[in-house]
Amino acid sequence: MQQGKISIQNLDLHFGKHHILKNVNIEIPENQLTVILGPSGCGKTTLMKTLNRLVELEETVKINGKIFLDNEDILNTDKDVTEIRKKMGLLSQRPAPLPMSIFNNIAYGLRINGISGRRKLAPLVEKYLRQVNLWDEVKDRLKDPATRLSIGQQQRLCLARGLAVNPEIILADEPTSALDPLSASIVEKQFAELKKDYTLVMVTHVLRQARRIADYVVFMYLGEVIEQGPVKEFFENPKMEKTREYLKGAFN
Amino acid sequence: MALKLRKFKDQFSSLWIKISLFFVVLLPVVITLSLLYKSMFVLETNGLKELLFSSVWRPLAGQFGFWPFIISSLWVTILGLLITTPICMFSAIFLTQYSSSRLLRFMQPVIDILAGIPSVIYGVWGILIIVPMVGRYLAPLFGIESTGFSILAGGLVLSVMLIPFILNVLIEVFKTVPVELSEASLSLGATKWQTIKFVVVRKSFAGIISAFGLGLSRAFGETIAVLMVVGNVVGLPKSIFDPGYPLPALIANNYGEMLSIPMYDSALMFAALILLVVVMFFNFLSRLAIIRLEKKA
Repeated sequence: MQQGKISIQNLDLHFGKHHILKNVNIEIPENQLTVILGPSGCGKTTLMKTLNRLVELEETVKINGKIFLDNEDILNTDKDVTEIRKKMGLLSQRPAPLPMSIFNNIAYGLRINGISGRRKLAPLVEKYLRQVNLWDEVKDRLKDPATRLSIGQQQRLCLARGLAVNPEIILADEPTSALDPLSASIVEKQFAELKKDYTLVMVTHVLRQARRIADYVVFMYLGEVIEQGPVKEFFENPKMEKTREYLKGAFN
Repeated sequence: MALKLRKFKDQFSSLWIKISLFFVVLLPVVITLSLLYKSMFVLETNGLKELLFSSVWRPLAGQFGFWPFIISSLWVTILGLLITTPICMFSAIFLTQYSSSRLLRFMQPVIDILAGIPSVIYGVWGILIIVPMVGRYLAPLFGIESTGFSILAGGLVLSVMLIPFILNVLIEVFKTVPVELSEASLSLGATKWQTIKFVVVRKSFAGIISAFGLGLSRAFGETIAVLMVVGNVVGLPKSIFDPGYPLPALIANNYGEMLSIPMYDSALMFAALILLVVVMFFNFLSRLAIIRLEKKA
């Protein structure tokens, strides 16, 4: 029975002989920020990429289990994979602006989804750039290549680009780890606002950040989910021994 | 003492590095100047315009019009590139974006072997396969009579020779596109083909230009294989089924043989100079394109 927006059930994933995700079960609540926490190499990023099925680009991958999005299994389906990916915006660790202008970085996704013509695109581009508080900084140089922006601006651009295709979920893989503290806090603030309209899933290994912004926490270790629960309960009253050790800083 | 020795070694090696660099820089300058010097004779007698744009080739009368040779060279080069471009682009895209990494690992030595085959072997293969194919099958398709020794045969052989060369560069270029970019595009709901077209190829544009720029220079200067199949008849080719006579073939066929004719030696040096200048010009253009593209991306 599904409780969350996304329900991951008995998910196993192998790369060749390596067992990366081991019987993962997670319920991701709607309109909340879920943080996936854990030391490096515990399968957090792989889990994210499994959600929007980018992991299938790897040659040797084998996936078993079910992932439900609104009661629909998105792993075992004939549905077009691009439709599934569109529902989940992805924000990677290092911002990856597309090799085109600032304007076109946002317009790209819109065009792919059938919106064309500058008259229709321009107001939408403005809307999404405003949504991430980037508009005032870039409105006079929309034709510049996106790579000329600072890293922090690039990351917000990537967020805007993701929002432009109307996702329901935003997946973020350590979205602030490459940013300076100021840009990082801007992105964090935006995440808090986005919760109203989107379901957010964020990977991090920074405990303080998780504590600051998470509503729901999933703790993973070596490919297994050790514990999950609301943020307060998780940090103040962890049930598992491993979690307690991790919170004390034993693994890092 | 030890310190002094080390200092000396340090200075010596930096001097040595500078000298090596100096030679590398000097080489093209020296070659250009000596070609220019040697061709001064024919330049002064016939004039640059006459040499470049006249079609009259009568060495015994001292008339050297290089136009037919320049045109033949351009035809063969452009044809070769036209045929090779889609093949290289699609193969490189397939090998880097679609196929398994095992196939790519298998293909790379195969491509290296192709690149290592001496051009005379491509020439022989051209005479045995391509020339009869052009003469017996392709030309009659268009109602044209041809011996097969033609611009088209030259272009076909050239295109095959260019494939490994350009393909290798393209594979490296496409490999350097970060996976994150493709992932970003895919997660916006783009299909794989859209991602390749708008992101991978776009990101690689500068590299693609330089791959084909290098190919162009190589094609323009390729001598033996083209010489063997192109017919070597002086005259303006009217179609690709006509024989042609590219500049490198002219030099290779005649240098050392016809030098009893006055000015012939100087005229051939001038042909070499044209080759060099054109190749430099191609390089300059592709450099320029790359610099502009890098500013934009």
